[in-house]
Amino acid sequence: MAGAPSAFRSGAVPAIIGRGVFAAARGVGRASLFATRGVAAALTPPWFPGQILRQVLAVGFFSLPVVGLTAVFTGAALALNIFSGGERFNADQVMPQIVALGITRELGPVLAALMLAGRVSAAIAAEIGAMRATEQIDAMRTLSTDPFRYLIAPRLTAALVVLPLLTLVADIIGIAGGWLVATRVLAVDPTIYIRNTATFIQGWDVESGLIKAAVFGFIVALMGCYHGYHAQGGARGVGRATTNAVVTSAMLIFAADYLLTSLFTRP
Amino acid sequence: MTESPKLVWKGVSKRFDGPPVLDRLDLSVAAGQSLVIIGGSGQGKSVTIKLALGLLRPDLGQVLMEGADVAGLSEDARRRLFSKVGVLFQGAALFDSLTVWENVAFRLLNADQVGRAAARARAIEALARVRLAPAVADLAPSELSGGMQKRVGLARAIVAAPEMLFFDEPTTGLDPINAGAINALIVDQVRSLGSTAVSITHDLSSARAIADEIAMIHGGRIVWRGPAADLDTTDNGYVRQFVAGRADGPIASLV
Repeated sequence: MAGAPSAFRSGAVPAIIGRGVFAAARGVGRASLFATRGVAAALTPPWFPGQILRQVLAVGFFSLPVVGLTAVFTGAALALNIFSGGERFNADQVMPQIVALGITRELGPVLAALMLAGRVSAAIAAEIGAMRATEQIDAMRTLSTDPFRYLIAPRLTAALVVLPLLTLVADIIGIAGGWLVATRVLAVDPTIYIRNTATFIQGWDVESGLIKAAVFGFIVALMGCYHGYHAQGGARGVGRATTNAVVTSAMLIFAADYLLTSLFTRP
Repeated sequence: MTESPKLVWKGVSKRFDGPPVLDRLDLSVAAGQSLVIIGGSGQGKSVTIKLALGLLRPDLGQVLMEGADVAGLSEDARRRLFSKVGVLFQGAALFDSLTVWENVAFRLLNADQVGRAAARARAIEALARVRLAPAVADLAPSELSGGMQKRVGLARAIVAAPEMLFFDEPTTGLDPINAGAINALIVDQVRSLGSTAVSITHDLSSARAIADEIAMIHGGRIVWRGPAADLDTTDNGYVRQFVAGRADGPIASLV
């Protein structure tokens, strides 16, 4: 312990902190430039529709089972929790409304995005990282094809478009999961549950969740592409890129969720 | 009047972490010439070629291809200039997600906007030129042997009849028979296309087979350059040691 104050006095600790801060700032700057280049490539021709379609399938269609399963169990668990917890202050009667609100505004987009972070962001980072390690990205550039247009832009576009659609599916399946538990386990009248949900839920509840989902989709694809594109050091580097893609995606999803929620709920 | 060189490295320096990999390197390649750069591992051969391809930017100096600074090209100018360039990468660098013919026709399909039927026909033609049967066209790269992957990489490099070809360690990892076949194909393609070729290798039999001239790089600079036939007769200490494969000599003393 005696070493700690002297290390601080000698400047070693501030130097480490300073280096960390600079490294973080450099990372944010590089990721921002990368995102700008990716968006510019997505907005200007030439486009590669075949690649976009392939990514829509990879990101969206093949993620449906995992997103659907997550949503149904979350909706079911939410219904149980609200019913049992809400009994304490007679709130169990509003269980359908709270399930709908929780799923559409928060859990649908966040959980769908987290599932995509684990499934898609990691896959993107691994694929692009392996392409970097085996010089395929260099080869692409020498073949007069910009990797930002061929690899990055289609993934950003696909994730941005597909995650809101997946979220919409998650919303429906999540509410259905709540309905299933409420009617089969908690003996709530099915018609009342549906009527309460339908009359309470507003368009903005769903829309705000879909806007969040579009932002999360962009984050998931961006982090996968960014970490894969900058992977270094062969197989180990690709593994590191995959881990970093998932971790940074998840962290940014939570941060963006709070920012967007505070923006949407401002009185 | 002498023709201006096709490719020039002009006082090029490049450093990563540590000492410079290239140190004010000067080198030029005349049109129609086949130049092979030889040198030990870590002496800057790959960096030299990557700078010429615009995959790295020099810290100092310029690489001029047909008089244009490669590092300063706009996206459009780069696309135009590199439409005349073919590259065979060390590990072939074939795209895993595409079939063999889609790999060969990648430039035609994605940069030159050639239709799929016409691009496939040209890809199969290029595969035939590297002695691969049309049956391999629909296979995935992972279904091919290392030698066949190199041939597909070569077919991809020559499919658009480039004016300039780059070969990065073309025979590395191949058995002597496949290496000899690749060397013969390279010589054949370079001559039939009339292309300028730049190769890097530490395989001396490959260098002798494909070079008009050989340059040796060491310590980030060119330490010898001469006709391929002079490789075994030069009294340059670096070359003598490299050719003989001796541990003692000027190269060892610098390591």
